[in-house]
Amino acid sequence: MTRQEVYENLNEVFQYVFDDDSIEVNDETTANDIEDWDSFEHINLVIAVEKRFQVKFTVGEANEMKNVGEMVDIILERMP
Amino acid sequence: MRELEYPFDSEYLYHKKKSIRKQLLAQLDEKSCLHKKIAILGGSTTRDIRLMLELFLLQYGIKPEFYESEFDQYYQDAMFPNPALEAFAPDVVYLHTTIRNIADFPKISDSAETVEQLLMQEYRRYEQMWDRLAAVYHCVIIQNNMEYPYYRMMGSRDASDIHGRVNYVTRLNLKFYEYAQRTEHFYIHDINYLSAQYGLEQWSDPFYWHSYKYALCVPAIPEFAFSVAKIIKSVYGKNKKAFVLDLDNTLWGGVVGDDGVENLVLGHETSAGQVYCAFQEYLKAYKEFGILLNIASKNDHENAVAGLNHPAGVLRPDDFIKIKANWEPKDRNLLQIAEELNLMPDSMVFVDDNPAEREIVRAQVPGAAVPEMPAEPAHYAKIIDRSGFFEVTGLSEDDRRRTAMYQENDRRMQEQAAFADYEEYLKALAMKAEIGPFTAVYMARIAQLTNKSNQFNLTTRRYSQPEIEAVAADPAYITLYGKLEDKFGDNGVISVVIGHRQEHVLHMDLWIMSCRVLKRDMEFAMMDTLAERCMEAGITEIRGYYYPTAKNAMVKEFYSRQGFDKIEEDAAGNTKWRLVLTDGYEKKNRVIAVNGCGGQER
Repeated sequence: MTRQEVYENLNEVFQYVFDDDSIEVNDETTANDIEDWDSFEHINLVIAVEKRFQVKFTVGEANEMKNVGEMVDIILERMP
Repeated sequence: MRELEYPFDSEYLYHKKKSIRKQLLAQLDEKSCLHKKIAILGGSTTRDIRLMLELFLLQYGIKPEFYESEFDQYYQDAMFPNPALEAFAPDVVYLHTTIRNIADFPKISDSAETVEQLLMQEYRRYEQMWDRLAAVYHCVIIQNNMEYPYYRMMGSRDASDIHGRVNYVTRLNLKFYEYAQRTEHFYIHDINYLSAQYGLEQWSDPFYWHSYKYALCVPAIPEFAFSVAKIIKSVYGKNKKAFVLDLDNTLWGGVVGDDGVENLVLGHETSAGQVYCAFQEYLKAYKEFGILLNIASKNDHENAVAGLNHPAGVLRPDDFIKIKANWEPKDRNLLQIAEELNLMPDSMVFVDDNPAEREIVRAQVPGAAVPEMPAEPAHYAKIIDRSGFFEVTGLSEDDRRRTAMYQENDRRMQEQAAFADYEEYLKALAMKAEIGPFTAVYMARIAQLTNKSNQFNLTTRRYSQPEIEAVAADPAYITLYGKLEDKFGDNGVISVVIGHRQEHVLHMDLWIMSCRVLKRDMEFAMMDTLAERCMEAGITEIRGYYYPTAKNAMVKEFYSRQGFDKIEEDAAGNTKWRLVLTDGYEKKNRVIAVNGCGGQER
């Protein structure tokens, strides 16, 4: 999967989790850019991303990613 | 909403929680739903538990308002004066604590006495909270027990060694249960079972604790909240009351009319036959809890009865109250059964292997439970069990006797047919009533009735048991319970009346009666006693109130029949009534002996 393809999938996950079809994310996107993305929804996001890409984040990663770009880096590195 | 019925899709619920909430709120009938204030005191993160709990409660027709403690402040909130919680005045306090809140576990070097001391210290911490919460808030308390630990340092020995955590948690749980056994309004939420059912491995995944201080994995939260909601709805009288069961391919394999009794799949000779026996055993056990069993089957009546007399069968014809075996649509049979039993159709659980029959009942009988039966009959019981239609929070003598009481009722009906004159029939029943102010032994039943009665209910006010006890103790109130027995059996406490006094006027807060004793003149016996009490107390006027709901049309003219004058009616149909007692009161009951006086002798 290319970075581009990861983003196509990731957008769908974000749209599903936040129940908003207009969401598009990029490397710089952070929780501040999406209204409902608080620490509680973050956990649901992490679960959904893990499921979609068949990857697992460590406790540290899940809670310390600075932006969506870092999430995509981990996905690309770890995807089966 | 179908989405919230067991077995639900937890992931879907999670992601659609907002829109589901909106839909539920839009569908909710503000007037007939219950409003309950629920304080969640957590020893770990509770936010999503609250969100999910709200959905399931709304589904049950309970509109919750929440107080949520700050993170891990359960002990402080429970033990110390807390103006916010006091102002909130919770109906229910839910203590969401888990093994994560156990501060100290035994050390291997500890003596047996030290371990015992540690255990008592931990237990007392909880006991103090429960006692204080009950004393300050007079509320229902729901307390998690403890789930098993994620690690077992000793392996299997952890369960039997007093130093083992499994052993420690088990003993602590037993102490919780002892408290529950001797304390009313206190309920254990069994997360020990729930976590085992879910799989402790996933349940206790430390990822969720270390990331968000959730004591259980987030994907398990919908099931968890559903489990709490079941206790709450049961406490507030929202349990189902009766089964309406299909026969062919539900209670046995095969079609009795086509295959013949001898060819039914039922009995211990074959694996498939055992499955149906086990399901029949499961259903039969519900009789002990007061759940009424009925049949709606597309069959000739004699074939249905022949099938129920199958030598290997567990359920017998006399286990059922109503057997409707005919070719009418099943929804009509279900409504007919509800009517004959004086139950609301939405208190029925319809069990049928045929999806088409389920669809008809779902469409025609809103509110009736229609569990989605799996293709494998071995899993029938699981679906019914996990759905929690009959979650038990209290068991009264009435519950245990219910099937017998309905059967007695049937005999009364037969007797009635033999009398030309209805009053003669009533007299022949040799009815005896006990009517008096609320007393301790009946408080639980009185509270239960106020929450379960929908039809013969003038104001549809709901009371918790602590509220009932408070009203009983308050001299400004006049309270009456009515208990009725006759030659066929004892109906138990079936009527409850509450009025509060303002100078010389008694305002009726509540007047309810169980539909089980309709048309027995019990309401007149109650009014006679009430009027007597009022006159003794120097009350000169009784004011009655009728607030219409979707279910209580049968008592619209209740006060008129009791000789009251209508003094007010608003656009919504709410009416106010008045009975003046200054010129005396003429007794209306001529057929029931009350507290040893009157009745048929007169």
